[in-house]
Amino acid sequence: MDLNNIQKYLLKEIADITEVPQGAYNIRSDSQSIGRQSTENVEITPKEGVSGLDIFIKPNVKDETVHIPVVMTKSGLKEEVYNDFFIGDNAQVLIVAGCGIDNCGAHDSQHDGIHRFYVGKNAKVKYVEKHYGSGDGAGKRILNPVTEVYAEEGSTVEMEMVQIKGVDDTTRTTVAELKKGASMVVRERLMTHEEQQAFSVYTVNLNGKDANADIVSRGVARDNSFQKLDLKIVGNAECKGHTECDSIIMDNGKILAVPALEANDVDASLVHEAAIGKIAGEQLIKLMTLGLTEAEAEEQIINGFLR
Amino acid sequence: MLKIKNLSFDVQSEGQNKEIIKDISIEVPDGKLFVITGPNGGGKSTLAKLIAGIEKPTSGQIIFNDTDITDMSITDRAKLGIGFAFQQPVRFKGIQVLDLIRIASGKELSITEVCSYLSKVGLCAAEYINREVNSSLSGGELKRIEIATVLARGSLLTVFDEPEAGIDLWSFSNLIEVFERQRREIKDRSILIISHQERILNIADEIIVLKNGVLETKGTKDEVLPALMGTSSAVKECRGVNN
Repeated sequence: MDLNNIQKYLLKEIADITEVPQGAYNIRSDSQSIGRQSTENVEITPKEGVSGLDIFIKPNVKDETVHIPVVMTKSGLKEEVYNDFFIGDNAQVLIVAGCGIDNCGAHDSQHDGIHRFYVGKNAKVKYVEKHYGSGDGAGKRILNPVTEVYAEEGSTVEMEMVQIKGVDDTTRTTVAELKKGASMVVRERLMTHEEQQAFSVYTVNLNGKDANADIVSRGVARDNSFQKLDLKIVGNAECKGHTECDSIIMDNGKILAVPALEANDVDASLVHEAAIGKIAGEQLIKLMTLGLTEAEAEEQIINGFLR
Repeated sequence: MLKIKNLSFDVQSEGQNKEIIKDISIEVPDGKLFVITGPNGGGKSTLAKLIAGIEKPTSGQIIFNDTDITDMSITDRAKLGIGFAFQQPVRFKGIQVLDLIRIASGKELSITEVCSYLSKVGLCAAEYINREVNSSLSGGELKRIEIATVLARGSLLTVFDEPEAGIDLWSFSNLIEVFERQRREIKDRSILIISHQERILNIADEIIVLKNGVLETKGTKDEVLPALMGTSSAVKECRGVNN
């Protein structure tokens, strides 16, 4: 598999890979699979009729990894991709996705990835998804990920969802259904700048006894960018849920945080928090007393916040 | 090292001009440990902030190693060699202890080097190095990390603003040891500590008493300390450590 320089640096940004990854993988570039590998325990097969993959992870396997990064380097490409993950009971797997768009042209480039996770009983999934845009063309870089999680009893899903920079327009939709004792932890990091806008919508349904979810979204809106964070947890049983929006605004950035809770069971215990503000003056002063300029101090604070 | 000449600082409060620092002149030579004490509200912390550049004086001059720094930014003063330990350490979401100490040192310190600074302030390095400098840390832990960052900075002149404030007794004893060691290893560097604590006053070369924004007394420890004993300007460690 030969990669050009743009493909290489996009893959480095979104999946931290500089060569062919270990384990199972599919690398998609400009709407085509340019490399795919199944393993003894992970089978990746292309879908028929629509674009996308079915990924089967066998029950009871441990320490499996799946990389399915997507890069787009041609201006004007639009695609809708369906990837379904079938994770066997008791399996433990790390899934690294992510999409990088380099658009140097005048036309919009758009990737809408629909990821559905069917998580077996007591399985443990860690999912990492990073989005990144680059290129100086007037065409936009647009990403509209949809993530659906169906978590069986006792399973654990940990998601790291990051928008690094350079994405002009995004609507991120995440829906989850958790059964008895299932657990979901989400750490979202969103950075918008220039004229970008980002909408992030979560609906997490806690349907079984002792299901629990902890959804934390941190955002930084710079320049004239806009973010709307719409985080909802629904408690339909004796369960625990926590949702938190924590945001920094800079320049003319605007953020609308709408944390929401819905309790449909008297034993549901749900908490939400939301905070928006500029960088605290004392944080800047502290780092300036350590020799950083104000701009350097800002970068350190933001990098830490979005880590 | 540091010369403060006729420094004044006024603020506007409810339409009135209030003088916080009134015509203060102080000289801190190389290799000396000075302690500034005095009643609360006397202007001590303001003076510390004026030296670090966090506040700008209404009039007067601050000279640091023959350079007039009166109008210099916080950053430029830090680069010249002025360090500042906050009375209430700042919390950061996401920035780890390791990051902060590396930023302070201005170098890509190795993990071992970072750990040595944490050990100096009595923290078990392995437990703390990857902790975020956020509200999960106690006041005493934050204070010790603050001191560690200042040690890593290694400034020519370090100003400590009430290092004893907000810490527990155990941390306080440890802190005194840190200052005693700093005192022994001072060489040509200088230290300025804002403190009421008798044990800190005891290691001072000179003591300055500020009251109502005016320099009331200055002199060597032996000249000044006896008269302060039993007043709020020199308290024993069993009092005031949680103020």
